Amino acid sequence: FVRVFHATSNWNPRRPPRGSHVVCADACRAQLAGDRVLALRSGMEDAYEESKGFRFDHVRRNAFLAERGIQPPKTLKTGTTIAGVIFKDGVILGADTRSTAGYTVADKNCEKIHYIAPNIYCCGAGTAADTEAVTAMVCSELKLHRYATKRESQIASALTLLKSHLFQYQGYVSAALVLGGVDLHGPHLFTVYPHGSTDSLPFATMGSGSLNAMAVFESGYKDDMTKEEAMELVANAIKAGIFNDLGSGSNVDLCIITKDGAEYLRNYDKPNPRTYVRRQAYIFPPGTTPVLRSKVTPLRDMVTVTEGAESMEVDA
Amino acid sequence: MYPAPAGHSPAIGPGNAGPPALLPYGGHPGPMRTTHVPKNGTEPFVVDPADATEGRNGTSDPTKHTQYVLQARKPVVKYLVRMSDMTAKRESVPCRYPYVTGTSVLAVKYKEGVMMAADTLGSYGSTKRYKSVCRIKEVGTNVMLGASGELSDFQHIQKLLDELTTEDFMMDDGAVLSPQEIFSYLQRVMYNRRNDFDPLWNSLVIAGVDRKGVPFLGAVGMIGQAYTDSHIATGFGNALARPLFRSHQKDDMSEAEAEELLKKALKVCYYRDKNSINKFQLAKVTQAGVDVSEPFKLETNWDYGAFVNPSKHVPGTW
Repeated sequence: FVRVFHATSNWNPRRPPRGSHVVCADACRAQLAGDRVLALRSGMEDAYEESKGFRFDHVRRNAFLAERGIQPPKTLKTGTTIAGVIFKDGVILGADTRSTAGYTVADKNCEKIHYIAPNIYCCGAGTAADTEAVTAMVCSELKLHRYATKRESQIASALTLLKSHLFQYQGYVSAALVLGGVDLHGPHLFTVYPHGSTDSLPFATMGSGSLNAMAVFESGYKDDMTKEEAMELVANAIKAGIFNDLGSGSNVDLCIITKDGAEYLRNYDKPNPRTYVRRQAYIFPPGTTPVLRSKVTPLRDMVTVTEGAESMEVDA
Repeated sequence: MYPAPAGHSPAIGPGNAGPPALLPYGGHPGPMRTTHVPKNGTEPFVVDPADATEGRNGTSDPTKHTQYVLQARKPVVKYLVRMSDMTAKRESVPCRYPYVTGTSVLAVKYKEGVMMAADTLGSYGSTKRYKSVCRIKEVGTNVMLGASGELSDFQHIQKLLDELTTEDFMMDDGAVLSPQEIFSYLQRVMYNRRNDFDPLWNSLVIAGVDRKGVPFLGAVGMIGQAYTDSHIATGFGNALARPLFRSHQKDDMSEAEAEELLKKALKVCYYRDKNSINKFQLAKVTQAGVDVSEPFKLETNWDYGAFVNPSKHVPGTW
């Protein structure tokens, strides 16, 4: 579904900096984006060459190739279960650790909980590159902001930076995030969708395993849980995703954030251990395989080695 | 009804459970038929008073019963298509499109038998059109059938099963169809319809207790896939109820535990499935027989602290 963001008087989408363009593939979006927009038409190649942002000149070619059966390479996705819950003293974020490229598991033990600030962490689902890049960008922006203001970051700042970036890219940055942290106002938990809309919730899940995890949350959540109860709830929710969704698997990562700091529990639970243990090691004593003949040719006799400085030929 | 636009980022989870998501393997529905004509060639509507008074074979002499053979018979008044639906030749058309649909059906085995639950909604796309539809049907004495998907196809299946059970009853020898037999029969029906590219758009759940007292629970899908298990969930229940069943269901659980588990799963489905209402029926089958309950509602909880003024510290969020 597409969630349309309605601008309020308190919030302005961050305008793209002067000199850059938002390139849109169709005229309708061109009207929405305002501010120096180029609609993709054949007569505008010169201006188009200078534009930054997404380029759509291969769309027709890719569609043509796809018709002939040549598929583009699959993006590395996180096909994921990520979850977050607010408990009495703070927020707990959880994630599985499987990242997929098409039908293959690309990374069995990847890290989906990204650091944004000492008191703010963010789980990411969707295209792995997009989640990594957008969270790293917000992390560095917030660090500069902390230097400038000499204050602890607020989750609202991270949220606004993320949502305005994602809205600017109109959903093409495929990052679905669960953002959580504790600041002076208390614990916060938000979800951020690829098109830039956000929700503030007591418990949240995202990714392909989100419904599986949400079933556990809806039946087990209560207000003001203790830390142990909340950890068990989040771990069970992620395990529901791991065991019931094909896009999620391997281990459970947790991150507990309170006003005293963050505790990142990497591989808190490993419910998929490797159970096969090789009986014998691959070490065989010399002579196991009988040697029939042996012939040694030292390479020194076959090549000439010249020592000394002679520069490489770089001009072809 | 027009197809809703499919397509959103899969990173935000499964969604858009409307008609495009009801299509198997991401297919698309194909052209809609504009004329309402039975596909096997009968006239759209037949009422002949002369037919109503005659016997089945055109005579009223019961000694002249002919065999149940594959030959053209006069359409009977009540039905718009011939009763030998499966044997008549149908032209092959692309997959049809479901109109009035039911959402998930949940079922678990417990010690004495099987318990099934479903809501009572017939949705017309996104409209909550019919709010008192009973989607769990008793078949024979010891079997119950629940269905999600197109409700008119479910009524057709009920008709087919009624024919079978009526024949058995008329034989008057005490033989009844076991749940296993009904399961196999429905699997064959669904698979054969699928092979004609004209599926009955349902996910069926067959639950019963056989003569020896062993509970049976199986599911048959619209493309003929069939399996048996200790717990079944269709539709949204696949993603929402199955994790709960896998952790909490045991074959020897008590009736109270089974009821509590089903109610928990029903509540989650009501919270998170768009096409559902807070009006459910619980049905149980034991060796004593089938018992479908009256509709009831569940208590829902909307007063979490974080729901109050969620954008207090963050203007511009929901």
